[in-house]
Amino acid sequence: MTVSQTRVIQRKITNLVFVGFCFAVTAIALTALALILYSLVSQGLGGLNLDIFTKDTPAAGSPGGLLNAIIGSILMSGLGMVIAVTIGILAGTWLAEYAGMSRYGVVIRFLNDVLLSAPSILVGLFVYEILVHPFKSFSGIAGAVALALLAAPVITRTTEDVLKLQPIALRESGFALGTPVWTVIRTILWRGSTSGLLTGALLAFARISGETAPLLFTALNNQFRSFDMTSPMASLPAVIYQDALTPYPDLNKLAWAGALLIAASVLMITIIARILSTEQKRS
Amino acid sequence: MNALAPAPADTSVAAIDKSTVKLDVQNLDFFYGRNQALKGVSIPFAANSVTSLIGPSGCGKSTLLRALNRMYALYPGQKATGKIIFDGEDILKPGVDLAMLRAKIGMVFQKPTPFPMSIHDNVAFGVRLYETLGKADMAGRVEESLRRAALWDEVKDKLHTSGLGLSGGQQQRLCVARCIAVKPEILLLDEPTSALDPISSAKLEETVTQLKADYTIVIVTHNLGQAARLSKFTGFMYLGELVEFGETEGMFTHPLTTRASDYITGRFG
Amino acid sequence: MSTTDVSSSGSADVARRTSPRGKTFDPIFEGLCFAAATALLATLGGVLISLFIGGWPALKTFGFGFLTGVTWDPVKDVYGAAGPIVGTLITAAVALLISLPIAGGVAFFLVELCPQSLRRTIGTAVELLAGIPSIVYGMWGLFVFAPFFARTVEAPLITSAAPGSFAEKLFSGIPNGSGILVASIILAIMILPFMAATLRELLMTVPPQVRESAYGLGATTGEVVMKVTLPYVSRGAVGAVMLGLGRALGETMAVTFIIGNSHDFPHGLFDAGSTIASTIANEFNEASGLQASALIALGLVLFLITFIVLTLARLMLRQPARA
Repeated sequence: MTVSQTRVIQRKITNLVFVGFCFAVTAIALTALALILYSLVSQGLGGLNLDIFTKDTPAAGSPGGLLNAIIGSILMSGLGMVIAVTIGILAGTWLAEYAGMSRYGVVIRFLNDVLLSAPSILVGLFVYEILVHPFKSFSGIAGAVALALLAAPVITRTTEDVLKLQPIALRESGFALGTPVWTVIRTILWRGSTSGLLTGALLAFARISGETAPLLFTALNNQFRSFDMTSPMASLPAVIYQDALTPYPDLNKLAWAGALLIAASVLMITIIARILSTEQKRS
Repeated sequence: MNALAPAPADTSVAAIDKSTVKLDVQNLDFFYGRNQALKGVSIPFAANSVTSLIGPSGCGKSTLLRALNRMYALYPGQKATGKIIFDGEDILKPGVDLAMLRAKIGMVFQKPTPFPMSIHDNVAFGVRLYETLGKADMAGRVEESLRRAALWDEVKDKLHTSGLGLSGGQQQRLCVARCIAVKPEILLLDEPTSALDPISSAKLEETVTQLKADYTIVIVTHNLGQAARLSKFTGFMYLGELVEFGETEGMFTHPLTTRASDYITGRFG
Repeated sequence: MSTTDVSSSGSADVARRTSPRGKTFDPIFEGLCFAAATALLATLGGVLISLFIGGWPALKTFGFGFLTGVTWDPVKDVYGAAGPIVGTLITAAVALLISLPIAGGVAFFLVELCPQSLRRTIGTAVELLAGIPSIVYGMWGLFVFAPFFARTVEAPLITSAAPGSFAEKLFSGIPNGSGILVASIILAIMILPFMAATLRELLMTVPPQVRESAYGLGATTGEVVMKVTLPYVSRGAVGAVMLGLGRALGETMAVTFIIGNSHDFPHGLFDAGSTIASTIANEFNEASGLQASALIALGLVLFLITFIVLTLARLMLRQPARA
């Protein structure tokens, strides 16, 4: 066998270029992302103090915090998650346990996947049309519904996936005792996939807690502390958006602090979800 | 060997005493969509004894088992025609209450399927569906069932720990206990030891031996020795047909059909 | 119940229910699950219908000209969406162009080249970064990247471009750091972790035997990746890229901060522009009448574009590749 020496060298050089490229772009990507995190932390920490958690959003030039926005975010994400978990778990259960390969099941599964990555601003417009426009008022409820519609597809998808991981024999041994279907689902399947279901909910929560666009036309914003979900409500993302676009450095600083808060909580939720899901795999 | 050659019947189904028949399958056809998996199977299952179903993979023995408690009814497109007479009634008739039917016919699967709850709750699970028992009565029922499944001594100190924490063999006996807690009349065992190590298999066989006086047991197995050890009757199936049925001893020493003889002597399968 | 003398374990003495506990709730539960699944369908249908109804007045007034018109003038109540539509397509395309090779390189690095000890750490970091809210990327673009870019890239390029040359056209614009290109770069950084994580996951689904047999033939790393593992998951990879494109098309916050928000048809890379999402985010709350309708019609256009892209993406990701 004769090996062409030039061919070998050529291949080696090509490979070197390829490997070099991979190293280089990874370095570039990680640097860029590290720079973003650095700005976020350094700028955000500068604005972070006790006032953030105890005072409401200020007008430019006066001291203040983000309390009203934090409360609004918690209330709206909370209500949104309650709605989304209900719809998502039931719908995911339907897809996994009842739909089979029926045409309707295939359609829903597919459209849910589309909804999963649909632009969030369109969901905001939709909720504006059905909940804000008819009632002539922006409201926390509308904001919560918009968030719910973004979270539900995520939960539906993970619910279907984790339920399908359960062995068929487990279902059948439930039915072999004459157990009603919903008892099998509730006491055997849901119970056996608790951590998977929780992971799905946490991922959905992480997704909606940074969402800004759909809140702009639904909950709007509110300079004051409010627990009334039928009226406009502040949220962290909306306040960040508003304050970042002002020319006032103190408001900009507040926006950075808010962004750090959101990013940190999203990271924390994601990490918890990942730990849960690796535990699920192990057991 | 040559002695077997002269009189090879194509199929041979021995008749058994009518009064002992608990479950009588008559001319059963089974379809997965368009594929016919069982062809005119007729087989009686005698009360208070073990009947083994043997045959190569894909011969329809598990399908037959799943017809007996109508497990197939979970899946659209699967269909059985013919008759399965259980205590004088045809369970294939429309309108049969499947939940109540399955309460009377217990099933244990290839792989252990403990539910995600404590050992006690696993056993109590089925009981709670049908009966309202006080705490003490329930504890008694759980203990009785676990004893009959020969598991009690191993788990009596950890009844409230998860059933998932047991070994494979223990899990499988837990599934047996869960079945008999509901007080069924028939037990269907679908290759119950195929996922177990030899020692656990021996323990499970012991359990089955203890139970056979009280139940009608049908066991699907790939292990011919197991069939010989456990069962009074054996049915040999091949390509969706029941080729031979009769007393186990007779069948293993003098099979009446060529196909059964070939399978038992290890020429195929 | 028929009584037989066969069953010696005796169930006759126990008071049994005639139907298992909870049986009656079965159909209700199935109905609830079905309703929940249908609610998802209704949501998607509702989005489409409400956008269509809301956008109808504008579509009726301007007809096909809504898509081709370049004037977006709330004062005169004339709305042509060509600017935002083209802005959306250009930013998403440029973002993808920048992001794709980098994301691919990162994924290849993580699967084939990275030392084992760093693999998990970097892989996890990339996945975590994919979850950072887009508004953070937008803020970083606005406060950090745009000023830097204006100072070090835009200004020198604009001043150095020869008058009348193609470069002058390409680089025309005000060097203030906001514009089409900066928005595209920020978008690219935003979709990068997502695409890298998805590609990495795909590449890890290639059976190890396949990779190993390629290495076993003496193939270099580059050859294994480009000729064996990447083709092995090619359909999925296209799907992943489409998902990234879908994100870039519909992204609002990362873009709105820095695109400059001009409705004119963009003429150069540094020119201010707008995307559909940024236009809606900026104007919707102050809009009424025909302008609101035009914005909703814009939403409809975005819906249709992303729906097509996402549909293609899902079809690619769902079906296994047929070699």
